Amino acid sequence: MYDVNAIRADFPILAREVNGKPLSYLDNGASAQKPRAVIDAVTQAYEMEYANVHRGLHFLSNLATDKYEAVRGKVARFLGAPREEEIVFTSGTTEGINLVSYGWAAPRLEAGDEIVLSVMEHHANIVPWHFLRERQGVVLKWVEPEADGSLPAQKVIDAIGPRTKLVAVTHMSNVLGTVVDVAAIAKAAREKGVATLIDGSQAAVHMPVNVAEIGADFYAITGHKLYGPSGSGAIHIRPERMAEMRPFMGGGDMIREVSREAVSYTDPPMKFEAGTPGIVQTIGMGVALDYMMDLGMENIAAHEARIRDYAREKLFGLNWLTVQGDAPGKGAIFSFTLEGAGHAHDISTVLDKRGVAVRAGHHCAQPLMEHMGVTATCRASFGLYNTEEEVDRLVSALELCHELFA
Amino acid sequence: MARDEFEEIVETFEFLDDWEDRYRHVIELGKAMAPLPEAQKVPATKVEGCASQVWLVPEIEGKGADAVLRFEGESDAMIVNGLIAVLRALYSGSTVAEAQAVDAAAELKRLGLDEHLSSQRSNGLRAMVARVRAVAEKAAAA
Repeated sequence: MYDVNAIRADFPILAREVNGKPLSYLDNGASAQKPRAVIDAVTQAYEMEYANVHRGLHFLSNLATDKYEAVRGKVARFLGAPREEEIVFTSGTTEGINLVSYGWAAPRLEAGDEIVLSVMEHHANIVPWHFLRERQGVVLKWVEPEADGSLPAQKVIDAIGPRTKLVAVTHMSNVLGTVVDVAAIAKAAREKGVATLIDGSQAAVHMPVNVAEIGADFYAITGHKLYGPSGSGAIHIRPERMAEMRPFMGGGDMIREVSREAVSYTDPPMKFEAGTPGIVQTIGMGVALDYMMDLGMENIAAHEARIRDYAREKLFGLNWLTVQGDAPGKGAIFSFTLEGAGHAHDISTVLDKRGVAVRAGHHCAQPLMEHMGVTATCRASFGLYNTEEEVDRLVSALELCHELFA
Repeated sequence: MARDEFEEIVETFEFLDDWEDRYRHVIELGKAMAPLPEAQKVPATKVEGCASQVWLVPEIEGKGADAVLRFEGESDAMIVNGLIAVLRALYSGSTVAEAQAVDAAAELKRLGLDEHLSSQRSNGLRAMVARVRAVAEKAAAA
């Protein structure tokens, strides 16, 4: 039994008011709120268990290291990774993808080599590849979604050519909620000797993810969307790809020996974790993952599917609202504009006055905005604690927008 | 006489109790403003730093501190467009010396609209006020 009210009670911020109205937090696609367990873990770490990790031999250093390193196993379990050594900690998906761009792709891709990516990628899965285009002549090959926002795996597979070295696609669109069959893409790419990177920023929050079943080479997630602290994240990397990677950042923690003449590196995954990491953030992410796994990803997905169906029916019932994307099996993320009147900023301003938090803008996905022929949309993105009542508040506030901006 | 126009808005606002009616009025003020000719919506008149688009066309009549400032503006967002109308009422027709002395945030606070001038808002109003002040300063120094 999924008791959403009990779950809401775990998130202190959800009890607050905004502009004199109960908060309806529908901006989970940007960042999620944190349960008490995460907040307490962060406090506990700083109050009782803090020191630098992997360094000293004193009590607190050992304790902090144990707590921090235990998260690697949690991430592995959360993602269905066979071994925790396949998990590299990052500050978030952006760092994870940049690590692959600098550490794996930059040394291997030559001018004319191709990277296949979809038009609905987040900028974090676009700009690191543009770097390679600018700096070494790598060609970006774009795959467009269908009119309903779906992205057929075959379309991505068909874009793979003889010069393609990497396919970089999202598992779930942060704008449209479209879920992509990344397992089919990874399988076909592997058969052609092409690597795959999956941006799991959104998908891992909303559905069970098993990287062993997906079979991609790289799968990146970010802690702050997973109800954990900002500045935490991880990327799963297949061992054979990890062996091919050179370090991205250099510094403490990733070396074996440093002399005036030479440097040798420690073994992966720490080889790719230079400097003092986000120790407490990572510990907090581990608690957040425990929280989600305790609820059960299947249960979270089922709850959000109910919210999605309810919101879909309500939003599509507003004939003056244009909802972008309606791919079958999509996540509970809705982007919309008001027919003819009212900029996304107008809508979000009015919604905010009603205590409804949504995102307005290009959602770090400008190529998708251009493809859809809009400059900005509003986005309502739901999470494990959202309710039908909040959908109703959103709809009621949208009706006011319709009246104000008509 | 621009300030009279602004004081009228303040008076109207005193009769409007809730934010919905106030926003409705702001939107109406924006709609009542003549739209900018398309030819004037160019990069030079666009105010940087706006997620919604804002254009501002200032005009200076006369010389020195007594020169009169006027401007026309437009935004593709209705509330921002209305706020431009409010700012135009606040500034337009005043001398450049007066314009420099205006505390826009304090004036908008009288309308309960000062939140739109906070640095976190990316609606461009802050950048717009900065542009108006810069134009006034430059004219006063000329």
